[in-house]
This record gives sequence, C-alpha cells and structure tokens, in this order.
Amino acid sequence: MKKLILTTAALALSAGMAMADTVRLGTEGAYAPWNFVNDAGEIDGFERELGDELCKRAGLECEWVKNDWDSIIPNLVSGNYDAIIAGMSITDERDEVIDFTQNYTPPDPSAYIAMSDGVDLAGGVIAAQTGTIQAGYVADSGATLVEFASPEETIAAVRNGEADAVLADRSFLAPFTEDGSGLLFVGDDVPLGGGVGMGIRESDGELKEKFNAAIQSMKDDGSLNALITKWEVSSTF
Amino acid sequence: MHWLFYLSFFKVLLLLAITAPVALGFGFLGAMAARSHFPPLAMLGKGYIAIVRGVPDIAFFMFFVIALDQAFEWTRHKILCPEWTDPVRQGNDFIVCQAAKLPLGTAPEWVHETYGFFLAVITFSIVFGAFAANVLFGGMRAVPHAQLETAEAYGMTRRQTFWRILVPQMWVYALPGLSNLWMVLIKATPLLFLLGIEDIVYWARELGSFKNPKFTQYPHGDWRMWYFLALLVFYLGMTRVSEIGLERLMRRLSHGQATAGGELLRKETTA
Amino acid sequence: MSCVQTIQDYALRSVGIGERLLPRNDFTLCEQFTLIGSGMIWNIYFGTMALATGFFLATALAVGKASSKKWLRKPSEWFIFLFRGSPLFIQFFFAYFFFLSLKQSFPFFDALTSAWLGALIVLFCNTAAYSGEIFYGALRSIPKGDIEAADAYGMTGWSRFRRIIWPTMLRLAWPAYTNEAIFLFHATTLVFFSAFPVWQQRGDALYYAGYFADKTFNPFIPYPILAFYFILLTLVVIWGFGLVNKHLNRHLPVAKRSKMKLRLNLAR
Repeated sequence: MKKLILTTAALALSAGMAMADTVRLGTEGAYAPWNFVNDAGEIDGFERELGDELCKRAGLECEWVKNDWDSIIPNLVSGNYDAIIAGMSITDERDEVIDFTQNYTPPDPSAYIAMSDGVDLAGGVIAAQTGTIQAGYVADSGATLVEFASPEETIAAVRNGEADAVLADRSFLAPFTEDGSGLLFVGDDVPLGGGVGMGIRESDGELKEKFNAAIQSMKDDGSLNALITKWEVSSTF
Repeated sequence: MHWLFYLSFFKVLLLLAITAPVALGFGFLGAMAARSHFPPLAMLGKGYIAIVRGVPDIAFFMFFVIALDQAFEWTRHKILCPEWTDPVRQGNDFIVCQAAKLPLGTAPEWVHETYGFFLAVITFSIVFGAFAANVLFGGMRAVPHAQLETAEAYGMTRRQTFWRILVPQMWVYALPGLSNLWMVLIKATPLLFLLGIEDIVYWARELGSFKNPKFTQYPHGDWRMWYFLALLVFYLGMTRVSEIGLERLMRRLSHGQATAGGELLRKETTA
Repeated sequence: MSCVQTIQDYALRSVGIGERLLPRNDFTLCEQFTLIGSGMIWNIYFGTMALATGFFLATALAVGKASSKKWLRKPSEWFIFLFRGSPLFIQFFFAYFFFLSLKQSFPFFDALTSAWLGALIVLFCNTAAYSGEIFYGALRSIPKGDIEAADAYGMTGWSRFRRIIWPTMLRLAWPAYTNEAIFLFHATTLVFFSAFPVWQQRGDALYYAGYFADKTFNPFIPYPILAFYFILLTLVVIWGFGLVNKHLNRHLPVAKRSKMKLRLNLAR
C-alpha cells in the first residue's frame, strides 16, 4: 500500500513537470459561428480554428473543454481549465474577476432582429440571453426584458411571438436572417463591449503574455482577418 | 452525433447504478451517527439530515461541484506540496500546485470526464444520502423493541445487537421509503447537466434546437419537443419497470417477517 | 446606501415594485439577502397556491383511484402515473411548449405562457398527483371499524364521506402530506429554471441567486443564502402543518395522539 502511494506521488510530481505545456481551453459550444458542436460531435467554429492556431504559434498543447455559459468563469478561476475562448466580450465587470488577452475581434456592434419592421425597440418586449451584456443593456434601456437561458431560446421566442425582438451579437444573428424564415435586422446597431478576448486567470500572467503574442502575430500577418472573414464573425481589423 | 445522445442514456443509468449504493452508504453512516449516544456525533448526523432535506437539491447542485473539487484539491495541495508558501486563494483565483490538480493537467480528456462524473456521483450521493439516512433512521426505530431486548437478554453486546438483529430486520421497514427515494432519484437525473455532465437533457436540447444549414448537413427547425417526448417516455418506462421490480423485492423481503405483508404471504402459502 | 434603503428599493422587486434596475456593482450582502428574499415571494406564491388548489383535485383523484368503477379508476390511475412518473423539469418544458402552441391558435390562452399561471397549472397537477397517491394510501388504511360504525348510524353516501371517511383519511395522510408540501416548495425553484422566461428581471429566489452568482462570479455566497431562506420556509411549513395536525387529532385522548414526527419520510 505504501509503495502504491509513493508511486502515485512520484507520478504526480513527474506529471507536474511535464504538464506546463498542456493548456485546457474552455468554450460553450452553443454559439455558432463562434463555437458550436458539429455533426461529428466535436467543437467547431471560428474559435476552434483560432484557438488551435494560437496554441500552435505559442508552442502549447491545447485541449478543448465544453462548459456551461453560466459557470464558465467560476470554473476558470477554480482551475478546471486555463483559458476561456467563447466569444466573451471584454467588459469591466468581468475584468475585475479575470484577465483578458488583447481582443481577437474588434469591438463589434450588437443588433436587433425581429419578425417585422417597425417593432418598438424602446418600449417593446426584447429577448436576451441571461447574464449577457445585451441583457444588461436592455434592462437599462427601458424596454421590457425577457431573459432566456440559451441564445437559441431567444430566437425561438421571437419566432413564436413571445418577444418582439432579440438583442445579440450581430454576427450571431446574421445567419438567422438569411434562412428565409422571415427574421430581419431592425433598428440601429448598438455598440457594446470592447471586442472579444480570451479570459485568463489573473494569476496566470505568463499564459496571458503567450496568447497576447500569438494573437499579435496573427493580427500582423493577416491570418486573423482571413479567419474572421471566413467565419463571418465580425468586422476585420 | 446521435450516438452521443444514446450514450448519455447509459450515463444516466450508470449514474443511477453507482449513486444508489453510495447514497445508501452515506445514508447508513448518517443514520448511525444520528443514533449515536455521543452527542456531537448525533448532532452531526441529525444536522446533516435536516439541512440537506430543508434545501432544494438544485441549490446544492449549483455550487457543490466546484466546492467539492476545490476541497479535494486543497487537501491534496496541503499533503503533496507542503513547501508551497503562496496562498491558495489569490484574489478571485483558486491556485494549487500542479501536482495537487485533480485530475492532473496532463491527464487525457476521458480522465477529466470521468472525474466530473465522479463529482456528480458524490454530489448526488450526499444529497440523497441525507434522505436515505432519514428513511433508515426511521426503519431502525421501527424494529420492534422486544427484538432488541431479547438480543440483550441473550447477552449480546450493543454492537452485536446492532449488526445481527437490528440491521437485518430494518430493511423491510425501510424499503417503502427507499423505493420512494429511488423514484425520486430517477426523477432528479434531468438536473445532471447542472453538474457539468452532458446528459440526456443536454443532448436533447443541443440536437433538438434549431440547426442552421450553414453549420450542419442536417438542418432542421426547433425539434426539442420531440426529443423531450423521447425523454418523457424514457422516464415513464423507468418508473414502470422500477415499480414492478420493487414490488417483487418487497414480497421477497416480507417473507418470514412479523409484519402485515409477511402475514399475508404466510396465509397465501398455507392456504 | 444603507441597508434599510436597499430593503425599501428591492424587497418587492420580484413583483415589479421598487427600483427598476438591479444592483450592478459593489454587491453588498444586504442586497443579496434582500433580493433573494424578494424572489421567495414567487416561491411562496407558487407553493401555497398549488397546494391550496391541488388539495381538492388530490381528494378527487384518491377517491377515483379507490373507486370500483373502471371509468373513474383508470383516468385517476393514469393521471397519477403520468405526473408522478416523469420529472417535473420535463413537465415544465412540455407545458411551456404546449401553452405556446395553444396561444398561437387561440389568443384567449395568452396568460398561460406567463409563469404565474402556466407554471402554477403544472405545479397544481403535479402536487395533485403526488398528494392523490398519498390520500389513496390513507383511504385504504382507514380502519374497517370506522366505516362499519358509520353504517350502523345509518350514514350513507356523501355524509358518510364528509363526516367519517374524509377526516380520517386526512388524519392518516397528514404526516406524508406535510412532506409533500415541503417538496412542493422546493420544486417551485424549477419554474424559471427550465422553461418559463423571466420578465423584466422579476424572478424567483433561484433566479436572483443566479443573478448574483453570475455577476460576482462567486457561487458560494448567494446559494447558501438561498439555502438559508428555504430552511426557514421548511420550518414554517412544518410548524403550520403541525397546527393542523393537532386540530385533526383533537378528539383523541392526549396519550394516544400521535405526536407528529418531524422525522418525515420522503414522500415524493
């Protein structure tokens, strides 16, 4: 028995040495085109490609982890993964708790979609995902806020008439306006947030610098813009 | 992708199969503690039962997994890295040395998933253990006192009386409560997704939700209704099968017991 | 801002009275206690309303299930099986979808998709099924002598039921029914959690606990507060039902009154 404990301890130690290079990336997997689960059951999307490329440039071995949006930050600070790469806008609120890398998409507007033009955006019923910056914005704006647990449900709410419009990232909404189901952009775009970045623990400065450098190199050689264009997630730099 | 959905049914069944005995174990310990003649232990047992039962299970599920994970890592940190001087809590961050990580950072993904599953099992077991403790506590008290006095008269020690007389007999009294508990446990499994397990509810939502033709070969509208219908049928089936199984078990346990059920069985066989 | 001010602003926030915007930053313990407590209004509303209405259907279901007539027995059995055999979580989900489609065909059913009515209907059916089963068990264990005595007094039909069977059934079922009440209150936390959307941030206790956990990124404060409130609520329910139990057993000699045991069995 004692021997067993010793070997495990030794294993644990050696693992500790080797471990430095494996970085676990946490994402939601329900926010196409940013990140979603494809037909094969794997994580796919803009951030999947981006994350893999960043890890390659930073010389890190990366692994993907899915986590619920609601607990995505608590699980990061608790150390269950090392970085969040989930279309998370950089906000002051979040910045108090975690650190962000530099943004990998420019600050991008949020937008409303609705079933018809001329809905009352200031006083009508606006759906948003619980806990997003958009939900906070609608609560402030004076419109009636309806919150749903997932982004899918906010769209469903507009389709079935529960809500007049949805406020979400423009890039997330765009595909829904193109599928012929009658949803269309209404009103003006709303600038929210400071672009999207990777969330990293505050104590993990080294990792943050590595990713910062990798993002910078992708910005410099234009490959980041190419990826953004490919997945149509936002405007380019 | 659908095989993940089917797999998740097995996950749920596996969780049930593991949780039931573990929760029973927790329950047994809880009931023993509550019966204890050592006041602090009895307080602990009763407190455990009362607090867990007074709170909706969902409230526990919301923070137990992270709490348990941190508790385990903290313990390992103290044991494995005594030379570590930095505080574990740095601002918002919870940092332990690499060797104390659970699972280790180098572990493959399946280890992480198994560990997550393990945490879910523990969480379920702690919650349902309290209910089981309550039922078993009642079962122990329901064993006729004369049985225990007789055992004492035969010169058995307290320990012997407990293990040889009380424990074998209490099951028949506890079984109705335990069957009930099993049913509750089945119906609590849709909350598994709260514990970070990709269970049947997770996949039903994921597969059933609107699929954009841009990102999949099989686009469809909102089909969640049909996926949830499948879940409904699954749960109703589970309930029915359990009802039948428990009925049989009750008959078997009642055999030769001094209860109404046992009496009925005796009459059936002698008539 | 002082705590009294916070209570004035937010104590009734969950029903739409008071400050419209929720606190944004520098969350104090007082704010968390007040808002989560405010959310409890919904939990209490759902719990008491469902219990009060479900009680009658439960009695009907129990009598139906115990009936010798097949057309009465089968529907009761099926109703009880359907609602006891499936998770509440999924029932809420279905109810919401069902109500939505109803509403689209008949605008008359508009209110059904809001939680205050739609979720209440689900909880009503749910508690009726569970209590129905409890009452059914109690009906079967009514001492034969009681019914024979009623017969001997020439009581029949409704008066026999009203004056003998029903009170005895309640008396026997009461401890288990208390349990059911406690779990019903716990179940109310699922209302806004699975299907019904939250309007204008007027949610139940779990919603506000989730709000704070989400904003502070620290689940270890709001959820224990929620737990605290529920333990309090559980104690109140036990106390209230204990009073009724005393009333139901008032005719028994003091020594025979079964003191209602607080070690209640899980009845769901």
